Amino acid sequence: MTTARIDARFKALKAQGRAAFVPYVMGGDPSREEALAILKGLPAAGADIIELGFPFSDPMAEGPPIQKAAIRGLAAGFGLRSTMDLAREFRKQDDATPIILMGYLNPIESLGYDAFADYAAASGVDGLIVVDCPPEEAAPLVEALDKVSISLIRLATPTSDDARLKIVVQGTSGFVYYVAVAGVTGVKEADADVVAPAVARVRAASGLPVAVGFGIKTPERAAAIARVADAVVVGSALVEEVAAAVAANEPAAPRVLAKVKLLSDAVRSVASASVTETV
Amino acid sequence: MPNTYAWPDAQGRFGPYGGQFVAETLMPLIHELDAAYAAAKADPSFQAELDGFLTHYVGRESPLYFAERLTKHFGGANIWLKREDLNHTGAHKINNCMGQILLARRMGKTRIIAETGAGQHGVASATVAARFGLPCTVYMGAVDVERQQPNVFRMRLLGTEVFPVTAGAATLKDAMNEAMRDWVTNVADTYYIIGTAAGPHPYPAMVRDFQSVIGKEIKVQSRAQMGKLPEAVVACIGGGSNAIGAFHPFIEDEGVRLIGVEAAGYGLDTPDHAASLKGGRPGVLHGNRTYLLQDDDGNIVEGHSISAGLDYPGIGPEHAWLHDIGRAEYRSATDAEALEAFQLCSKLEGIIPALEPSHALARTGEVAREVGKGGDVVLLMSGRGDKDIFQVAKHLGVEL
Repeated sequence: MTTARIDARFKALKAQGRAAFVPYVMGGDPSREEALAILKGLPAAGADIIELGFPFSDPMAEGPPIQKAAIRGLAAGFGLRSTMDLAREFRKQDDATPIILMGYLNPIESLGYDAFADYAAASGVDGLIVVDCPPEEAAPLVEALDKVSISLIRLATPTSDDARLKIVVQGTSGFVYYVAVAGVTGVKEADADVVAPAVARVRAASGLPVAVGFGIKTPERAAAIARVADAVVVGSALVEEVAAAVAANEPAAPRVLAKVKLLSDAVRSVASASVTETV
Repeated sequence: MPNTYAWPDAQGRFGPYGGQFVAETLMPLIHELDAAYAAAKADPSFQAELDGFLTHYVGRESPLYFAERLTKHFGGANIWLKREDLNHTGAHKINNCMGQILLARRMGKTRIIAETGAGQHGVASATVAARFGLPCTVYMGAVDVERQQPNVFRMRLLGTEVFPVTAGAATLKDAMNEAMRDWVTNVADTYYIIGTAAGPHPYPAMVRDFQSVIGKEIKVQSRAQMGKLPEAVVACIGGGSNAIGAFHPFIEDEGVRLIGVEAAGYGLDTPDHAASLKGGRPGVLHGNRTYLLQDDDGNIVEGHSISAGLDYPGIGPEHAWLHDIGRAEYRSATDAEALEAFQLCSKLEGIIPALEPSHALARTGEVAREVGKGGDVVLLMSGRGDKDIFQVAKHLGVEL
């Protein structure tokens, strides 16, 4: 499975001629039970791929919404291993939806690359995004992940010129994550007109599907990005629903899943020109 | 010990430490900075410009002062104070800020950001930003803003915007996170002046180079005043920029012991200290691999020290390497020991030291006795204590 699960999902979506909707949720946010309820409800609410964040004390690339989600996750006693345990629970009911684990390097270093890779594979994780591990530093981690066929998903950004893009996509698999804005998560808004040519460039350089994230909050914007990308990632807007539920002393899952439904419907409503163009 | 020490390597590593662990958005900027610094370093006109400002603006060279009464008090080797406290802005921090702002100008950057703990690096950054007319934003933990009010006021007088950071424990590491977030958001025009010899390559090597003026001067002054090199150089360590600046020119001089002193807070046997080498283990934070205070899950643990300038859960990667290869020795001093040394130096030498070098002073007596009478020990007086008098008064139960 693993990388194969990602490839299979993109292949199926290509046949349907649409982009994937990829919600991001944080492990343990706001509690184990609620986070598991959210996770288990995501596919029915329209998630094609799931990004599962693990809490870290120093999330340097995150804006306030995901920083706060990490703090809630940590307060619930969650870390890297407990987040992977959630994935393992999820796999009991769903063997097709790819799970991409996302976070920062230190918890992975702390566990050890090989031990991490084994634990992730046993938990049904398919891909990994490590925000603070650029290609220059990734070789030992890639080696550990390759043994268990987990993809290290690379990030391309507005600051990636053609020369840099070549380095970024070297030896990568699964898909490439295009960071739509220079900045942290959940602050600036992504502009589809600016993103479109960048996505085309990344796709040409990598030969892989391109997911776009950072700065996508509304169904309208999700639809606009879905027209030009292979996958649309929404994170901050979802964890803000968790925050609102906690503030209102309500269960989080219904609110988050309703928002996922709204966003995924928007993504499903448009044909992705780009998907059909991809060879 | 190799007799040619040439770290970091091309990847910015000191053995397994250092490196470039930043978000992809920042990678092209780090490479640009690396190339720009290499070009500046090779350009004699850059060094000449820097030397001019160090002489006429910072007030270098700083004296190497024989501390006669401290020497008598401890009853061992001669103790010399390298007086970085006499620099403009009152600490060693300006050596690095002057170098980096000249580089920022060379690179055509038009906006400066910095992080600060005690406020010394913030003040030094605000100072050079004012001198060169560049807008400056300093990120400072809200807790530090509270305990370092005089420096906050100084920065604002200098025209800098001080941004109190409330995330996490609201101290230095959180300020650094926020500065990184600013940098990743304002990639086109902003130059980030990191204050310590840590962060992604080239910062650890670059900050070390700019601070090495300290060790180079100690060398020349020691030969002139002692007729030889000292037997030991002692310096305090938070991130460790003053210490690496003092140590680096001596690394190949095997007869010179290099001793770094970490902040032990309430004690290394408590959770409340900031001694990354003695109480931490290797990991990745803020762009480099180094020793970090962290829990079993790899989350970073807050450091504690009476000194806001040492209250950082990591250490510069070159110190991690010097520690592992045994070229430098690392010890620690508690809050209480630093407070005692603070008062001792004030009373015996008429010099009120900052709380940071008070930690180094707290170990200097034993080092002087180990070296023995007739030997020479240099203590790096990295900053003056005016900023700390309110904090010290509070600990001594005095109402100001």
